[in-house]
Formats: sequence, structure tokens, C-alpha cells
Amino acid sequence: MLAEEEIKEINEEIKQYPYPAVACIDALKIVQKHRGWVSDESVKDIAQLLGISNEEVDGVATFYSRIYRKPVGRNVILVCDSVSCMIMGYESLYEYISKKLGIAFGGTSTDGRFTLLPISCLGDCDNAPAMMINNDHFNRLTADIIDELLERYK
Amino acid sequence: MERPLTQNIIPGSAALSLDDYRKNGGYKSLGIVFKKMAPAEITNLVKASNLLGRGGAGFPTGVKWSLVPLEGDRSKPNYLVCNADEMEPGTFKDRYLLEGNPHQLIEGMIISAYAIQAEKAYIFLRWAYKKAEEILRKAIDEAYKAGYLGKNVLGSGFNLDLYVHSSAGRYICGEETALLNSLEGKRALPRTKPPFPAISGLFGRPTVVNNVETLSWISHIVRNGSDWFKGLSLTPTGGTKLFGVSGKVKNPGTWELPLGITVRELLEEHAGGMLPGHKFRGALPGGASTDFLVEEHLDVKMDFSTVAAAGSRMGTGTMIVLDDKTCPVAFVHNVERFFALESCGWCTPCREGLPWVEKMLESIEEGTGKMEYLDLLKFNAKYFGPGNTFCAHAPGAAEPLQSGLKYFYDDFVKHITDKKCPWR
Repeated sequence: MLAEEEIKEINEEIKQYPYPAVACIDALKIVQKHRGWVSDESVKDIAQLLGISNEEVDGVATFYSRIYRKPVGRNVILVCDSVSCMIMGYESLYEYISKKLGIAFGGTSTDGRFTLLPISCLGDCDNAPAMMINNDHFNRLTADIIDELLERYK
Repeated sequence: MERPLTQNIIPGSAALSLDDYRKNGGYKSLGIVFKKMAPAEITNLVKASNLLGRGGAGFPTGVKWSLVPLEGDRSKPNYLVCNADEMEPGTFKDRYLLEGNPHQLIEGMIISAYAIQAEKAYIFLRWAYKKAEEILRKAIDEAYKAGYLGKNVLGSGFNLDLYVHSSAGRYICGEETALLNSLEGKRALPRTKPPFPAISGLFGRPTVVNNVETLSWISHIVRNGSDWFKGLSLTPTGGTKLFGVSGKVKNPGTWELPLGITVRELLEEHAGGMLPGHKFRGALPGGASTDFLVEEHLDVKMDFSTVAAAGSRMGTGTMIVLDDKTCPVAFVHNVERFFALESCGWCTPCREGLPWVEKMLESIEEGTGKMEYLDLLKFNAKYFGPGNTFCAHAPGAAEPLQSGLKYFYDDFVKHITDKKCPWR
């Protein structure tokens, strides 16, 4: 069941649109903001609130790469694997992080602290290699910076 | 050298505030428009300036606007959408404008919305641009309080609401009709054209979609005129352009420079040349979906028509440099993997062809490729081309592939005959 706060926020988005279904992506983002990911149950709840089918909501949820349909760790690390970051050496940084956390792309550390995902371009190409942790950007990355960042996010 | 778009942006410091924007002449154009100009006059002015869209396609902005019917059913609004999705790998120029001078974009959007009589406007923002989102929301709030947005803008009788929509992340959202589907809360699948968005766009209403850099020009053109704009470029096109360079150069970054500077000037004078120990082998001049330019093209002028004449596209004007320490097959493989992942899955050449290409390139890079793959890669590149797909995604993917095969063919062959990547 959606929390009162979630419903309130979704209804706020619906107001600016001609009909409720338009708020589908906003609703998914709101639920994910509160819960970290979007479960099957949340898909149904959103569908009911917007007056569309579960399949329509899931079709949208699975289309967009920044909507998570599986649980993620407390912190999500997005390592840019686009071509500018490849030229500047993202592969060795990825291997370093992967070894350190004991997970590959798509994995979540056993303590639930980090999920590691690839992302195609963060718009930091002139300061490559780049990555994000949650909503924060980091660039010109080195192993030392990675060490410090992995400590910082609990 | 004039740098109208970026002259007030100080890299590394906060966004230009509303006060500072006004001190530098900001929002004066809005006054001029509401006092003296009919909507069609603004469109004619922008047409006369020859402002070509800065998102990559280079379509004339004024022509796009002129397709919007100003008469007819006005019971529902027309829409203006700013495309700030900027997800092309290697592209980071709009971010500079969004984070540096948000009111320049907002003023441009108000004037543009008035020109096409749009009462609702959206900024469709790349998911990753969290800082830009915060800056834009604050600036929009200030613009409402100052009476530039909302009901009866500056007493003109014109109403405009402006919203920020932060994307949920997919490259295809940058395609203007896919973007409209995404704004409607749907999967971002491109739409059939015609009808073009100017006739039937967001919610079936007349809609114009313009890039951040394009809209940021409008207040300047209103204030200074179309001849002034035309005089800014070294070629007859008109205007400056935000150019960028990434890769193994001494000084990667983004700069506002006149259209028509050469590839060499951009690389050597602005990006500082190659890093010591690295040689230039080629570059994608305008993001991942453009054909390689190589050494013989260093004196090509960076403008839409001149880069096209050299067999590529200017695209976004942000260049990705290939150096001699980077494997060209790995480079092309990386780019094609991106396009394969980001295909929306709607049409066959794109949905089936791109993963096929990606697998063959991976195999070549790993030393298990076969000679027949080279012909199959060319075959796919041909069928990705314009006219075989619904949108420009697969044709864009074909560009680095076909030109990579053309200019680095020997490197592809060497991977296959040596059964390994010479760079690994």
C-alpha cells in the first residue's frame, strides 16, 4: 500500500497534467525515492491510483534504466562505461571497485551497502573517468579517491 | 571574439543570479518583445538570423516555429519543450549553460513560447544533471516571483507556466517524438512523422522542441538583431557554438567559439593538443553518433555544411578523440554496445542488428573474430541507414561503425589474423 506521503506527492504531480496516467514516471520516481526500488505491489498501487493497468505501469517501469524493479543497496554506484571514460581508463577503475566490494556490475554487496551498476555517460567527459554515488558526481577518479569514497558512504 | 552565451559564466563558481543576469541586460528582451513585437515578428526575426538547431540536427529554428498554427482551436494550450536530455556519449555542453546561466535559458523560453503562443513549457532534463535541476528549479521560482512567468507575464496578457521534468534515463528520450511520449508518462518510443510535433505534439497539441543552446540564443537575437548574429560566425551560417573535446588531450573542456573554426584550431589551440606520448588518429566530431574524421580532415571547418561535406556530421559539436594508445576496435565496440543497449526495440534493424554488430565487434576485439564479420558489419551499417528505421537511432549508430571500418580497416583485420587485440 502506498503511504499517505507518497499519494500526496503523486497527486501533486497529477495536477499539472491533462489526465492522471501522465504522472506514471513521476509516480514511479516518487515511490523509488521513498522505498529505494519499485516492487510488484507498488506497481499495482500506482496503477490503481492512476487508473491504468498494472501492465502499462510495468511497461513504463521496465523501459527506463533509472527505475529499479529489484531491491538495491543503500548506496548505488554508477560507473560510467561510455567511450570517453573508456579512453581515460574506466575499466581498471571498475575492476578495482569490483574487487574491493566483491561484486560485478548488477551486484549488491552482502552487507547491503552498495549496488554497482554501469551507466552510459554522465556528461563529465572532459573530466573522465566519472561516476555517481546516489545523487553525487565524482570525476577524474583514481584508486585513492575510490578508497575515500567507499569509506564515506555508509 | 564575442562569446554571448557564456561571457557571464565563470567556470567553477555559482550560477549567474537573477540580479547579475539583469545587470548584464537580462530580461530586457522580454520587455522589447511585449512592447513592440507580434509573435510572427519574432519567428521572422529568428528565421532571418538563420539560427540552426544546436541539438545535433541543425534544423532552422525559425522554420520549425513557423509550422505552428497560431490560429484555430485555442481551448487547449500549445507547448514549448526544451530538450535538455543531453545523453549523447561524449557530450557535456548544455550542462555548462544550464548550470552557469539558467535565466538566459528561461528568458529564451518565455520569448519562444510567446512566438508560438505556447502557454505551457517543459524543460526535459537529463536524469544525471542533479545540480542543474536544483539551479533550474530555483531560477524558475525566481522568475515566477519577478512576474516573468505565470499569469499575465509583465502585464502583457500572455500566460506561461514552466515545469522541469527530470528524465528517468534512456538515450532515446533525446529523440523529439520519443521525448514527447516520455513527457506523457509513456515508454519513450519515437512516433510516426508526419504529423510533425508542430502540428500534433504533446497531448496532440502543436509543440516545438528546441535544444538548450538554441533557446539560450533567443534573447540575444531579439536584443541585437539577426545581422549581428550572422556576423558572429566565420562561415555564413551565423552564431557561435559550444564546442567540446574529450579524450587524451592536454586540456579537455568546452568553449564557445565561432562556427567555422577548424578541427585543428579546436584540438590544438583550445584542447591544447595531444597528451605527451599520444598521437591523434581520429575523432568523432559531434558525439558518438557521428562519423570519424581523421588527419586529412584537420583543416575542415566546424560548421554543419562543412563537416557534412567531409563525410560526417557536426552533431553536438563535442568531439571524442581517438589516440594511438586506444584500440579503434574497442572504441567502436564501446559505442555500438551503447547503441545496442539503448535501442528502444521498435524496429528490426535496430533491435536485432545492433546486438549482432555488438557481438561481432566483441568477438573481433577478443581475438575470436572471423574475416566474414567485416562484410557483415558493413551489411548491417548499410541497413541501419536513413530510411530503413523509424528514427535516427540506428542511422546514428551506423556512422561510427561505417567510418571506423573505412579508416581503421587494417586494425580490424590485424585483430582477426593475429587472433588478439594488439593494444592488450
